[in-house]
This record gives sequence, structure tokens and C-alpha cells, in this order.
Amino acid sequence: MAKNTLQHTITALVENRPGVLARVSGLFARRGFNIESLAVSITDDPTVSRMTIVVGGEETVLEQITKQLNKLIDVIKVIDYTDMPVVERELAMIKVNAETRNRAEIMQLVDIFRAKIIDISEKTFTIEVTGSIAKVNAMESLLEPYGIQELVRTGKIVMMRGAPG
Amino acid sequence: MKITGAQALLRSLCDHGTKIVFGIPGGVMLPIYDALYDCKDLKHMLMRHEQGAAHAADGYARASGKVGVCFATSGPGATNLVTGIANAHMDSIPIVAITGQVRTSALGKDSFQEADITGITMPITKHNFLVKDPKDIPRVIAEAFHIASTGRPGPVLVDIPMDVSLAQVEYHPVNKVELRSYKPTITGHPLQIAKAAKAIAAAERPVFYVGGGVISSGASKELIEISELTHILVATTLLGKGAIPETHPNSLGMLGMHGTAYANHAVAHCDLLIAVGVRFDDRVTGKLDAFARKAKVIHIDVDPAEIGKTVHVDIPIVGDCKHVLSELLKHLQPQEETEWNRQVMGWKNEYPLHYPKDGGLYPQYVIEQIWEVTNGEAVVVTDVGQHQMWAAQFYRCTFPRQFISSGGLGTMGYGLPAAVGAQVARPDKVVFHIAGDGSIQMTIQELTPAVAHKLPIKTAIMNNRYLGMVRQWQELFWNRRYSGVDLSAQPDFVKLADAYGAAGIRIEKPEEVRPALEKAMQIDDRPTVMDFRIAREENVFPMIPAGQSIEEMMVHRPK
Repeated sequence: MAKNTLQHTITALVENRPGVLARVSGLFARRGFNIESLAVSITDDPTVSRMTIVVGGEETVLEQITKQLNKLIDVIKVIDYTDMPVVERELAMIKVNAETRNRAEIMQLVDIFRAKIIDISEKTFTIEVTGSIAKVNAMESLLEPYGIQELVRTGKIVMMRGAPG
Repeated sequence: MKITGAQALLRSLCDHGTKIVFGIPGGVMLPIYDALYDCKDLKHMLMRHEQGAAHAADGYARASGKVGVCFATSGPGATNLVTGIANAHMDSIPIVAITGQVRTSALGKDSFQEADITGITMPITKHNFLVKDPKDIPRVIAEAFHIASTGRPGPVLVDIPMDVSLAQVEYHPVNKVELRSYKPTITGHPLQIAKAAKAIAAAERPVFYVGGGVISSGASKELIEISELTHILVATTLLGKGAIPETHPNSLGMLGMHGTAYANHAVAHCDLLIAVGVRFDDRVTGKLDAFARKAKVIHIDVDPAEIGKTVHVDIPIVGDCKHVLSELLKHLQPQEETEWNRQVMGWKNEYPLHYPKDGGLYPQYVIEQIWEVTNGEAVVVTDVGQHQMWAAQFYRCTFPRQFISSGGLGTMGYGLPAAVGAQVARPDKVVFHIAGDGSIQMTIQELTPAVAHKLPIKTAIMNNRYLGMVRQWQELFWNRRYSGVDLSAQPDFVKLADAYGAAGIRIEKPEEVRPALEKAMQIDDRPTVMDFRIAREENVFPMIPAGQSIEEMMVHRPK
């Protein structure tokens, strides 16, 4: 997993129209920019969607990415959140082996992380954990020894701290 | 009063100044072509391949400064436009391509002649649209023209399903375009401009590096004024030819891989590189870390993404070239000619362009004769290859929008249809099309519309029976292993011209050149094709091999 590459988080506000996602991902592909995660959905303004993209790469690459994104007609605004005071969150659902002898331990972990068990079967727990990327990564690492059957992450979303300037 | 989507389309096109469209009809375009039949304000030129239609719109746009428009039907018609659109995209040329599409109910079902042209052209258009509601047509066309022609120009595609062009709609013209996400910067930052002026005053060895952006922006007058005021010499890219007249004492001609030795020396030794409307393309820079290594760089361009893309820029100025240069002019003081000027002029005398004078028929001689016969005033359109480089070197342009050539994409076959578009745009000018024997065969069918519309284009084929530029590389770097370049199997171009209804002339000796050109200049009711049987293995020099620097520049054929 590319957890150690230099990562930049960019938010793009885009027109909520068909094909915009294809344009943005097409741009990244042909310019050789590596998308680590992408979260997109509508905002409080139904004509605007918000994309949060985590890109791996060097500093010089980031400047080009931002400039090329801005060139797209459907992109309204691009904000680079790298090194800014932000709140970041990601949600993950993790299906982990939960044999009887391990259940108590796993439940303790879930408690410590303020996560939730959202599904139980004879052999597995499905855990929902929300938090910073580091927190979700930590939860994943700690569950790994028990055997992770399935994992899905939403990708990071961010918001600037404080009131808009 | 209700009209059809097709009529709304044509009306919108006319509202935005369109006088002619280049196209070929097809099934899903029937409603639009039916509306065209009644439309008195819009002329249609039927081309013979959609690639020709796209290149014609491109040539029209370059020659006139207006937005070129082409039509194609769905499926193969639309995909045939792709090369032409990609070509316009690379050179930042404003064209609007209208493609018919299958009915909205048939979309995505592999219908007859269906192609996802908006998907296919996404990376090669500035923007594209799929119109699902006929009410949107006036707004979409207004946005298409605005996007194509403002900021850094580029191609825009509008895909119109057949049921949309058949539907009835109330027509409401749209004049004002509001795009919250698209606001190009026109005026340069005043502090940056002041900084640039200071740098210019302080520089000891400044040089201008100027390109297509100056032509697009119409900044020729401001450039010449600054150059004359400060005595700073000007090198141009292929697309910048004519920004300053190449007969002007301050002109260094073209720089780059096949540019003049003196332009390249000037850039290599300058201490201030003033880049205006250029993108530091690899054909110009060669090895990046060796390019203008002694120079501070000022970069003026309307596209912020180009600034700092490949080369470090000391003084970036985002803005329209014409606006920025006229602002800059106000901050500049007159400067005298210096030792630097004399040094560069010395290089000009020491390394002039040259070619053999041994009685053979050489392409450089032909181009020089074309220049003389046209007084340097013709609109010159080229194809791609050795002939293109010889034309760029030896046809000294005297005004902007004179040299029409596929630069960034380097599309063989561009020339003939682009010449058609250029002649339509400039009926007042002689249009000389300089072609290679390889290139011309790729779009030769466009001779038909030229003949049908009595366009007196002069086509000069530099016929060496080779895919010349590839052969040159094979000679110089691949041990003369001529693989796949022998074009000796070719039609008799004079007979071919005659078959198309054009005039045809063959020239085999130097003394036949001038009379043939003069004859061609007299023919004013159809195209003339001239088959110049030039020396087979002539090379383009100077040459800076790809990825290398001026240290490796070859000025003569190696022994």
C-alpha cells in the first residue's frame, strides 16, 4: 500500500454535470498523476459537486495538477489543502475474522477506537470506523493479525478549520 | 414561433458570425442538412473526407482569426474528425465541430453509426457538449464559441442527437455567456510587468522567443514596437512566423531543431530570454537543462499551466500577449544597439542558411523562387516533413497569419484541406500550398472541392519520392537503413491533377522553376499542382537532434 509516498490533498468544486468525473480522472491518467483516493458527491448547492482527491507525487507535479485542473471548464475552484489546518475524515468498513476466543479482544479494540460493530455472523464482525486517515490505518493494522476478510474505505474528505476568511 | 433544433443550431451559428461551414452529411445529420438547404446566410462547402473538413476549418481559423466550423455525421464521420481536432488542440486553434449523434433513446446501445465522440474527444478538445434538450442549443453554441475563441483558444465539439435536431423549440438567442468556472486572465499583474521592464533594462544580452500566442492575440504591432525601441532581436517558433516580418533587421528567423544557427546561438548565449506566447516545446528546447542556460527567463502567456511546466521561469506574467506587451511598452526606455547585437549579426553572417548550387533541382531554391514570385506576400500552407522545414526556413514571412502549418501534432495531409480553408478565408491573397509527395497523397481528395469552388490554390509538391524526414533520420542515426520510406511507387501527379480537373505542371530542372511558377500565378479559376522532381536525398540543416543541445547542432551534412 502506498502509505509512504508524498501525498497531497486537493479539493475541486465542479459543475454537477454528467461526464465531469470522467474528465477529471482522464486528465489525471493522461498526465501521469497517481490518484490514491477520490471521494465525490453533491454539495449543499445542487449544481455543484465536491471532489476530494489524494494524489501521490512530488511538489512540482502538484503545481501542474492544480493548474491543469483549473483549465477544465467544468472545474469551478481548486484548493490545495496540503499543509493547511484542516479536519480530515474517512470511513471504513472492515470485515474481520472473529472466532469466539478473539471476540472480547476485538470488541475492546472497537471500544478504544470509538468504532462500531455493525454486523455479526458466526465467524466474523463487520466494523465501522470513522476518523483521520491515521486512525483508520491504525485500526486496520491492529485488526490484521485476526485476518481481514474484506475492507472498503471511502477515501478522505477534508474541510478547513475555522470560519471562511 | 417554433423552429426545429436544427434551425436553432444554424441560427445560433449565424448569430456568432459564422459564414461558412465545411462538412459531409450523413444519416443523423439529415435534419441539419435539410435546414441548411433553406439557409441563405450560411454557406456549406462539401469536403470529401471529414478529416479534410476539420483541417479546412482549422486553416480557415488560422488565416482569418475567426472561429472555424465543421460538420460531420455520427459514428465514422465523427471519428474521422479526430485527427483534425487533435491537431487544432495541439496548436490552440479555435474551431467548433458539430457532430450528429444517434437519437437519445438509442444512445449507449451500440446503435448504427453510434460512437461516443464526446468520450473519444475529451482529452483533445478544450471542452465538449452533448446536447440533450433542444432548448439548450443557443446557450451551448454561445458557450462553444466563447470557449473556443477566448483565453488560450482551442477546439470545442458539440454532439447533437437526431431527435434533438428534429424537436420543435422556441428560439431565444443567447448573446451573453456566463461561465463561473472559466475566467481567463487578460491583464498581466502590474508588479510583474514592472519587474520585467527592469530586467529588460538591466540585461546585456536579451533576446525575444516568440510564438503562436503572439499571432493569436494579435500582438504583432506591440512586439515590433518594443523590438525597435530596445533593439532586442526576435527569434520565432514555427507558429510564430510573421509575428515580426522576417525581412525586418531585428528578425532572427526560426529557432529550434531546424531553426537557423544564429537564432539558436543567440538563445544559447543570452542572459535574458523574453518568452511571449510560447510553450517551450521540445522541438525548440532540445535538452532542457542545456537550453538558454545562462539566461533569466520572463514568460508571458495567457495559459498559467504553461508557465513553469518544463523550464524554470524567473518572471512569470499570466495574461493576454497584446495587453501585456502594450503595458510593458509603457515601462520601457529606448536602448541602443550593443556589442551583443553585433555579435549576433556576426553569427548571422557566419552561419547563413545554405544549399548546394551544383545545377541540380533543390527544394530550397524552389521555395526561394516561390518567395520572389509572390513578393513574400502569399499565404503559405504546408504539410509536414522536410518540405515544411525548408518552407519555414526559406519563405520569409512578412505578416501574421501568413504561415499555416501543423506544428504540435505534425499532421501529414493537413496542407491541402487547410489551404482550401485559408483560400476561402482570404480570397484576396495568393495561397501557396507546399507539400511533400507523401503528405499530399493522404488528403488528395480535397482537390475536388477546390476545383468545384474554383479556388486558385497553387500546390508545390517537393517530390523526392521518399518519406523525406524519416529517411533523413534513418540516414543520420540508423545507418542508412531505409525502412518503409521508399515512395517511388506513386501516381503521376500531373495526370492526377488533370483527372481532378486541376492544372498540372511537372518541373525537372532549375531553369523550369520560374516559368512554371509564373504560369501557376496566372491560373485563377482552379488549383494548380506542380510536381517538382527535387534531389532525392537532400537533408534539412541545421539540425539539433532530438534531446540534444546546440553543442550537437549539425550545420552541414556529416562527411
